[in-house]
Amino acid sequence: MAVRLLSKIRLVPELRGATYSSSAAPAQLSDFDAQHKTPVIRKQKLIPVAQYGGRHAVTMLPGGGIGPEVMGYVRDIFKYIGAPVDFEVVDIDPTVDNDEDVQYAITTIKRNGVGLKGNIETKSEAAYVTSRNVALRNELDMYAYVLNCKSFPGIPTRHKDIDVVIIRQNTEGEYAMLEHESVYGVIESMKVVTATNSERVCRFAFEFAKRNGRKKVTTVHKANIMKLSDGLFLETSRRIARDEYPEIEHNDMIIDNCCMQLVAKPHQFDVMLMTNLYGSIVSNVVCGLLGGAGLLSGRNYGDHYAVFEPGTRNTGTAIAGKNIANPIAMINASVDMLEHLGHHYHADLIRRAVAKTINVDRVLTPDVGGTASSTDVVTNIMENMGNMARENDDAAVVFGKSFIPYC
Amino acid sequence: MAARIIRKIVPAGRAGAAQYSTGVRKVTLIPGHGIGPEITVAVQKIFEAAKVPIEWDEVDVTAVRGPDGKFGIPQKAIDSVNANKIGLKGPLMTPVGKGYRSLNLALRKEFDLYANVRPCKSLEGIKTLYDNVDVVTIRENTEGEYSGIEHEIVDGVVQSIKLITEEASKRVAEFAFQFAQDNKRKKVTAVHKANIMRMSDGLFLRCCRDLATKYPGVTFEERYLDTVCLNMVQDPSKFDVLVMPNLYGDIMSDMCSGLIGGLGLTPSGNIGKNGALFESVHGTAPDIAGKDMANPTALLLSAIMMLRHLQLNDHADMIQNACYQTLREGKSLTGDLGGTGKCSEYTNAIISKLN
Repeated sequence: MAVRLLSKIRLVPELRGATYSSSAAPAQLSDFDAQHKTPVIRKQKLIPVAQYGGRHAVTMLPGGGIGPEVMGYVRDIFKYIGAPVDFEVVDIDPTVDNDEDVQYAITTIKRNGVGLKGNIETKSEAAYVTSRNVALRNELDMYAYVLNCKSFPGIPTRHKDIDVVIIRQNTEGEYAMLEHESVYGVIESMKVVTATNSERVCRFAFEFAKRNGRKKVTTVHKANIMKLSDGLFLETSRRIARDEYPEIEHNDMIIDNCCMQLVAKPHQFDVMLMTNLYGSIVSNVVCGLLGGAGLLSGRNYGDHYAVFEPGTRNTGTAIAGKNIANPIAMINASVDMLEHLGHHYHADLIRRAVAKTINVDRVLTPDVGGTASSTDVVTNIMENMGNMARENDDAAVVFGKSFIPYC
Repeated sequence: MAARIIRKIVPAGRAGAAQYSTGVRKVTLIPGHGIGPEITVAVQKIFEAAKVPIEWDEVDVTAVRGPDGKFGIPQKAIDSVNANKIGLKGPLMTPVGKGYRSLNLALRKEFDLYANVRPCKSLEGIKTLYDNVDVVTIRENTEGEYSGIEHEIVDGVVQSIKLITEEASKRVAEFAFQFAQDNKRKKVTAVHKANIMRMSDGLFLRCCRDLATKYPGVTFEERYLDTVCLNMVQDPSKFDVLVMPNLYGDIMSDMCSGLIGGLGLTPSGNIGKNGALFESVHGTAPDIAGKDMANPTALLLSAIMMLRHLQLNDHADMIQNACYQTLREGKSLTGDLGGTGKCSEYTNAIISKLN
């Protein structure tokens, strides 16, 4: 009892010191001015980050398609091992045109600092409605997207032992969503590339490479045709490579050549750095090489917030509700989230269990060549987790109870 | 007056096409740089052996400084292609640096070539990780992301404009469906990113949808670019004909050619309003230029495409069979395909199989 009292005192937030998400708050600008006069500044509002009793609160955005069901599996797994994470679920209604749901979701992510998200559908095809996923990323200024692509030995693929990290600029580039119809039948779509954003993501990439022991960074671009925009991105990456990270090898490749090399010889790549659209293409190509959209998870990083999601951002509407969706992507995303929050024990446990399910037990869903259903895969993972935890004879993991004294 | 009546009874042949009374077609030949001259000679030899009724009109497109100070294609080349309407081009090298527009782009703009067709078919004898690939990528060639309209609005903020017009989208969509129909293809897939670029890709998609109704024999589907990329590397047999705007087309066509063995084996044709230009899309390979080591397969396959365009299908089939047979045998393959043969040996092997 004394232990319990002591642990409770240690974890009271006031004693820890509440942290506020620090971000620049410029002078009050109307939305029109913010867009037209200062295209680079984003309005950020100060909200304190929530931390209650050692447990983290995480926003959960199930999204559409297979989102709700795989989120359910993630919750089941977390409950099974007692991971100290509370989910705050925000459902976004795809049929409604207004932005209220999205704004509320953004507010919760600002409050919690971390989010776990499926792919949000934007049913409306009208030109003035921005894609909800894009709106979320831009508002939270999550400028870097990291996709860690490592081959699974248990999945039959044409290429083996691929280990590539894709770092993609997440907020601007071709996804600026600034389009207009000058005259009937003539449409212009702007691709915006700024020096500040390019620099931030390039520096992020090199720092990532340095901290994770990666040897080479490849910038993927099309600067022979788009000389100013991709040229700016390329020059920025070259400058940062030369001036700040001379120990990391840097080269560049044109996107079409890169795609050709990826399907023939993917082992020449280590860390790949690129703008938004090329990132989408390359990440889908690499996910395809590794066995499909259901396996990898991606991380959106900003200066203050992080959101984790399945790597290829698919809604999977065609397979929703049929119990054949691959839950691995979302489970991997939740593992990334636990790592980010510092709950390494639980993250490691789930990761090892998933690895055993895929590589040893070979319980796989149809999209990667197996015959199991989603629930079979999840049951197998939970079984593995149980066995592994019991092997370690771990008193820290109390099954069925949701409070863990966390130091 | 008698002349006018006779002209009406006797058809004049394709308008503007230079034709001799013997039925020989005149074709502009652009050898290009690097290995260009060698491979064009190889193709010419094969065509001569196959007795193809074509006369070559060789021109040089090395950039010359025009009266406005900018480098451009010499007038002689422009006149030649305008007269002949059909061209075969080897690899061109664009000098790096400001002031030189990409020569490839200049040719495209000059001759209003609006659709780029790249059939990617697995070749027997060339083993890649992907079998039975049979995809045709049709790419809009004039606008889109490659319109070259870029500017720096303020210091550190660059804007590049992607232009999509209804006219160009309709043209390329029409060509795609017509191509599918003519070549007995079953499905046309429009590749887009209309969830993000709603207005621009939305317009492209609408044009494709409208034209799909006019070709009921061909199935039409629309897919997001990322889904196509994902599925293409897993199972290329899901796709048949792909039609898309400029940038996506560039990337997808190169990726598809990577699936069958690279740019050294992929033919390519550019179709325009008043003519067509067929080319090899690989580089100039200056390191092996002049050493009789080059692989003429890409240019040969493009030339075969040209023959089909000219409706000389018998000759096309004959040369194509000879080429496939040589590749299947694998005896005189050039260095890039893993063999040790010389370019001339390879050419002679193909000629020996023509019958």
